[in-house]
Amino acid sequence: MFLAIRELSFARLRFALMGAVIALIAVLMVMLSGLSVGLVRDGVSGLQNLPVTSFAFAQDVQRDSAFSRSVVDLSAVDEWDAQPGVADAAPFGNTLVNTRTDRGTEVDLALFGVQPDSFLSPSVSQGERLGTEDGIVVSPTALDAGLQMGDTVTIDRLGTRLRVVGVTKQQDTFGHVDVAYVPLAAWQAIKSGTAPGTALPQRAATEITAVAVRADDGKSVDLPAGDTAAGTESLTLKESYGASPGYTAETTTLQLIQGFLYAISALVAGAFFAVWAIQRKPEVAVLRALGASTGWVLRDALTQALVLLAAAVAIGVGIGLALGALITGSGIPFALSMPSISAAGAGLVVLGLVGAGAAVIRITSVDPATALGGNR
Amino acid sequence: MSSRPAPTASTTPADDASERLGLVMRAVSLRHGNAAETVQALDDVDLTVRPGELAAVVGPSGAGKSSLLAVAGGLARPDHGTVTVAGQDMTVPSRRTRTELRRRHVGFVFQSGNLLPALTAADQLRLPLQLGPRSQRSGRDPLKLLADVGMADKADRRPHQLSGGERQRVGIARALVTEPSVLLVDEPTAALDRARSHEIVQLLAREARHRSVAVVMVTHDHDVLQYCDTVYEMVDGKLAASS
Ligand SMILES: Nc1ncnc2c1ncn2[C@@H]1O[C@H](COP(=O)(O)OP(=O)(O)OP(=O)(O)O)[C@@H](O)[C@H]1O
Ligand SMILES: [Mg+2]
Repeated sequence: MFLAIRELSFARLRFALMGAVIALIAVLMVMLSGLSVGLVRDGVSGLQNLPVTSFAFAQDVQRDSAFSRSVVDLSAVDEWDAQPGVADAAPFGNTLVNTRTDRGTEVDLALFGVQPDSFLSPSVSQGERLGTEDGIVVSPTALDAGLQMGDTVTIDRLGTRLRVVGVTKQQDTFGHVDVAYVPLAAWQAIKSGTAPGTALPQRAATEITAVAVRADDGKSVDLPAGDTAAGTESLTLKESYGASPGYTAETTTLQLIQGFLYAISALVAGAFFAVWAIQRKPEVAVLRALGASTGWVLRDALTQALVLLAAAVAIGVGIGLALGALITGSGIPFALSMPSISAAGAGLVVLGLVGAGAAVIRITSVDPATALGGNR
Repeated sequence: MSSRPAPTASTTPADDASERLGLVMRAVSLRHGNAAETVQALDDVDLTVRPGELAAVVGPSGAGKSSLLAVAGGLARPDHGTVTVAGQDMTVPSRRTRTELRRRHVGFVFQSGNLLPALTAADQLRLPLQLGPRSQRSGRDPLKLLADVGMADKADRRPHQLSGGERQRVGIARALVTEPSVLLVDEPTAALDRARSHEIVQLLAREARHRSVAVVMVTHDHDVLQYCDTVYEMVDGKLAASS
């Protein structure tokens, strides 16, 4: 520490340049984190807000598109309801539709078909809850997109008309589309392509996308057993995120970039401290000749790296948060989440230290005898 | 200026006791290199330097003078022979133990001071006091010691703001701050002019006497030998008293 801080202030330009690079990486990290959280929220907040622990989809359904492909018979709901540890089971239907208001505004909606008296029926921040045959409850973000309470929207091609009767309490989006809760019967008609005024085909009335299951508080349900009984294939709520449109591709892309940033941070710190360690060799020889132990020299060098990395990351995160605050609410899916930003910042510091550590470890091999003679 | 009696070959029992507090090397040999090519850097070297004595070692380049200091200070382990500083064995295999012994009993002064560029003169002296465990951090007052070597007014300067002679003064003060038993000095005047060289060696002689430090000084500078108590000559790794 004694030497570390004095060197930091003596060679401040050199360390500042290095710190600036790390700070820029930290800014990028905050941006990426904001984008990830924002995209996740945009992609699956509608699912996150459901009081559901697992979904039972059709057997052998393709997992990355289960919500659009799965068809389950209504009878599976009762099977699931009877399973031990299951508090509630209810039918769940899902379809993406293009609609148009009477004012001509085009609005895409992710329909969540639920029975109005089931545990899936959302509470509302304004208007009323699901109940009327053609009444829908939409995400507040749909209001930003141009919908208004009391609006009637018409589904393209089919001509089905739905009326906005309520608004949910928080952002509910699914695959970057605003969620609209719709009574199950109406959803079945829309899903089966039954035009208004036409009778619903027998088969359509028994078809749903999945069984939504809620486990008893603090208990877990034996999903494989339930699947065997009901002839379904369960995904936990978290697993089901991967079944929503684009989710897996988006998150893996962002995670990949984040991973690269961590690696770059470690490499940059490693390269800088490698050069620094080589430059310091004569100095380290003198320190060792003066009686500094290897541990002392290493501790001093690592303290220096830690101070530099922590300061640079803190500055970078600060700038990132300021930029993020500007972006938030500008239409880009972006959300600052302190836990994820702190984790990313800590990750940068730790990996930077790993890189620096790998570089400065070489000073332990310096022969103190080289301090003698005319080498300087 | 020096009116001290020249050391004699015979020793009394009282001398035996005091020489153990200084540097004692017996039958020390050191080889450098590998199987293909070896250099006998030290060849059966005997050397005793008592507390308060300034011993000079002269000799041609490559004779093994730096190697002698390295072995004396525990920077290198000899192949044969014994080395003690203040009665402590400096040839133990443990690098950690030798480092600790060096920290407590040995001071090194290098050719051009070898100061750390980031530190002020005062901090150069504080540094050695920081190296040990907290309980062992005693030594001389850095600022007083700087004043003793005539650097009181430059305590806040960094090495690049000091002249060669000034750097060497700070280097000597840094080596003395931990109150070592033995001071090992490698060509302290190589980078200095004549007047400065005399000042530096006089300073070493003074400190050796006042503080009862055993000093070994390697030098090419025959001019300054007048300040030394004993002069040794080294040739091809062999050490002999000089006439
Ligand atoms: N690390 C080493 N590996 C191999 N040979 C070495 C090593 N260090 C020194 N030597 C050799 O050992 C011999 C003594 O070297 P040393 O540095 O002790 O000489 P010196 O008397 O200090 O010379 P100078 O006056 O030039 O400083 C030389 O022949 C040198 O080449
Ligand atoms: Mg030499």
